[in-house]
Amino acid sequence: MGVEGIGASVLRKEDRRFTTGKGRYVDDIKLQGMTHAHFVRSPHGHAKVKGIDSSAALKMPGVVAVLTGQQIVDDKVGNLICGWAVHSKDGTPMKMGAWPAMAPEVVRFVGQAVAVVIAETKNQARDAAEAVQVDYEELPAVTNVKAAIAAGAPQLHPEAPNNIVYDWELGDQAATNDAFAKAANVVKMDLVNNRLAPNAMEPRAALAQYDEAEEHFTLYTTSQNPHVARLVLSAFYNIAPEHKLRVIAPDVGGGFGSKIFIYPEEMVALWASKKVNRPVKWTGDRTEAFLTDAHGRDHVSHAEMAFDKDNKILGLRVKTLANFGAYMSLFSSSVPTYLYATLLSGQYNIPAIYAEVMGVYTNTSPVDAYRGAGRPEASYLIERMMETSARQLKVDPAELRRKNFVTVFPHQTPVIMAYDIGDFNASLDAALKSVDYAGFPARKAKAKAEGKLRGIGFSCYIEACGIAPSKAVGSLGAGVGLWESAEIRVNPVGTIEVLTGSHSHGQGHETTFCQLVAERLGVPVSQVSVVHGDTDKVQFGMGTYGSRSLAVGGSAIVKALEKVEAKAKKIAAHQLEASESDIVIENGEFKVTGTDKSIALPMVALAAYTAHNLPDGMEPGLKESAFYDPSNFTFPAGTYICEIEVDPGTGKTEFVNFVAADDFGRLINPMIVEGQVHGGLTQGIGQALLEGAVYDGNGQLITASFMDYAMPRADDVPSYKLQHTTTLCPGNPLGVKGCGEAGAIGASAAVINAITDAIGNNSLEMPATPDRVWHAIRAGA
Amino acid sequence: MTAISLTVNGKVVSGNVEDRTLLVHFLRDHLNLTGTHVGCDTSQCGACVVHVDGRAVKSCTTLVGQVDGASVTTIEGLSQGDQLHPMQAAFRDNHGLQCGYCTPGMIMSAVDIVQRHGGKLDEATVRHELEGNICRCTGYHNIVKSVLDAAGRMSTAQAAE
Repeated sequence: MGVEGIGASVLRKEDRRFTTGKGRYVDDIKLQGMTHAHFVRSPHGHAKVKGIDSSAALKMPGVVAVLTGQQIVDDKVGNLICGWAVHSKDGTPMKMGAWPAMAPEVVRFVGQAVAVVIAETKNQARDAAEAVQVDYEELPAVTNVKAAIAAGAPQLHPEAPNNIVYDWELGDQAATNDAFAKAANVVKMDLVNNRLAPNAMEPRAALAQYDEAEEHFTLYTTSQNPHVARLVLSAFYNIAPEHKLRVIAPDVGGGFGSKIFIYPEEMVALWASKKVNRPVKWTGDRTEAFLTDAHGRDHVSHAEMAFDKDNKILGLRVKTLANFGAYMSLFSSSVPTYLYATLLSGQYNIPAIYAEVMGVYTNTSPVDAYRGAGRPEASYLIERMMETSARQLKVDPAELRRKNFVTVFPHQTPVIMAYDIGDFNASLDAALKSVDYAGFPARKAKAKAEGKLRGIGFSCYIEACGIAPSKAVGSLGAGVGLWESAEIRVNPVGTIEVLTGSHSHGQGHETTFCQLVAERLGVPVSQVSVVHGDTDKVQFGMGTYGSRSLAVGGSAIVKALEKVEAKAKKIAAHQLEASESDIVIENGEFKVTGTDKSIALPMVALAAYTAHNLPDGMEPGLKESAFYDPSNFTFPAGTYICEIEVDPGTGKTEFVNFVAADDFGRLINPMIVEGQVHGGLTQGIGQALLEGAVYDGNGQLITASFMDYAMPRADDVPSYKLQHTTTLCPGNPLGVKGCGEAGAIGASAAVINAITDAIGNNSLEMPATPDRVWHAIRAGA
Repeated sequence: MTAISLTVNGKVVSGNVEDRTLLVHFLRDHLNLTGTHVGCDTSQCGACVVHVDGRAVKSCTTLVGQVDGASVTTIEGLSQGDQLHPMQAAFRDNHGLQCGYCTPGMIMSAVDIVQRHGGKLDEATVRHELEGNICRCTGYHNIVKSVLDAAGRMSTAQAAE
């Protein structure tokens, strides 16, 4: 590798602007004549909207307009869509109620918008929104999945009887029943995967501008995938045709899935900008984020695992209720199905699996992908099951896992996925060594003597990333292809621009993608820049989520670089009067091998653009593009081991050690990879110990601020010990697997396994707050 | 409306503002100093931290009228021309940031922490002191490293003066 090529921890190019306050986020942008939007939101979990009186608000200072749900319906702005069709067991399509951008008749969750005030200043819009009188007739609400499907429950949508969106299955039920019939031991568990609020630090925002002369819209928005936003806004919401709509996602302050989706606020800002014929800006506050950003997780499951007499797994049965909230968000239907049940085989040989998932409407915020999206729920279930099984079977938890690991690849699971490569023993061994597993009993005894309860917990996770092979996801119901595009522009002076359909909102693409160019063409990263997040600059792209940017987006860059290299070599050979096959690239120079003849890349680029002396028939210019569609998912995997100590007097958990051994394939920038793991682990620990989005029975979110929802803070989490084991992904040219979600997928089970080990009571739900742990200690005694 | 005058990043600025104007909105909307961010409504996240007369303050819970006559430093005023402040450099060198949104407030808090504790910082103290700043990206691992690194650089720089 070169000093800036693949494998080098190059410092991030984006950090100078971020550390000096020069980042440019949506709310930082001001346009001439800009107005401000403030939404009037439902205070009720479920209610009829009987009337809206805007007369007082319209008389308030600075008010430009008050627009309501009925007006957006009258203007034929489309309802929000769900882009992944999932069918129930009986073959019927999922049953969905309509989701208008502002509710004209019925509100179904607290925070749902019914009207918007447009005013000259933010404060004027906020003041006037308080003066909008909405006449609600309250309806009974339901927030819990079990209650929502019970007889007599309040009904949310007439299209979905009993609040059931779908009743879906995966796997072979008969084969699984046979496996259980033969079992020597069966382990059963009920599990709750707690609802989380994503809480990217930058609240969502939208700034829309309508150009009357060109009949053209521009939208600045906090998006992980601006091209998908444009596609959906054009094709389904009737805002404008694609060539009349530019979507820009500038610096975006974190996403974690929550900024994949196209929300009502962006639609309303665009629509309103034409109505008032002035730019309209909306910036959410934190409580709006809690109320309206798509939440994550929220599963209630029952699982059963069958073992033979040698403790080999024979089968797995899972039944899950997934809470979708009040409406089906953009990719929500895929999360508890194809992103969840397909990973239920974990790292193990499980001959038979049968999973049933019921998707349920409740009077809560819509639920969709949040860091890991379905895979954390699968990993938590499997890894809690394995730990619990080891305890019930009275065997070592590491050895029970080892006995059941998949060791031969490729491996076809009974739930769609075909694992291409991995070495699960290697990551387990690396983690065991790092945590000094052999020394644990002595440490536990010492802690006991000091009045503390010490525990150790494992989590051997696997995920499917590199999302995704378009044909495969198309056959499973996806409404889009999940390839990525790239364009490499070599400028006449030899500087290079990488245009990518991926979007960086913290992942460091502006650095990592330049390293791919440095590796290939020997150009310093300072001579390369990454262009992303603007539909006018980049032709198309599917964006960033599912740990896909490097495995899919990076592979598209490599494909385009191959084409650039091939053309540049032809030009160099012509200029040097040598054979093309004798040209090699060294440190940015095109050399004739075995001679001292060479030409630097800028001279090759200049020759391409002057076109004075090119090979016969060659087109001028040096710019290539590529689309890359992966052939399979990638399968990052690893082992996390967590050692904790619980104070039996307070129930407080303290970390002693947290070891993460991950196999992400080839690492392009190890520093950035490790940063991704640290962040993911902290979100996983947050889920395990601190976080929970809690609704009361009326649909009030009682954790709607950072005062009520416990975000992980610096003194809640430890410093981490990271290890890397490597099997190169055979499915893409870089051999990479993706690292963005692993920590969030694997960490929570390790933490809960450790606490339950420490306290000797396996019955403990997330978040394992001191109060819950304290009670569990007493209940288990 | 209230007339106010204060020093921001070494320059005297004045204006007539609504009484309810918060310092953060004055900085962002009136002075276009958009490096100071708003991440919550409850004074919890610390994305808005600036220095008022040398002390770290959450500008989202400070009325601009309260700092009339004071000297305010924002993230934009921390570096000396092209020369990054040691804390800014340490965040970059230790990958102490990802999306960058919490970073200005994090850096302003961290400078204050080092100034108050001098060279006596350890990991536990840094973690405890960062309680008022939330980051969703980094898991704090590299932020803690950055602050400890910068503490060393700042005391070296001080010794050299």
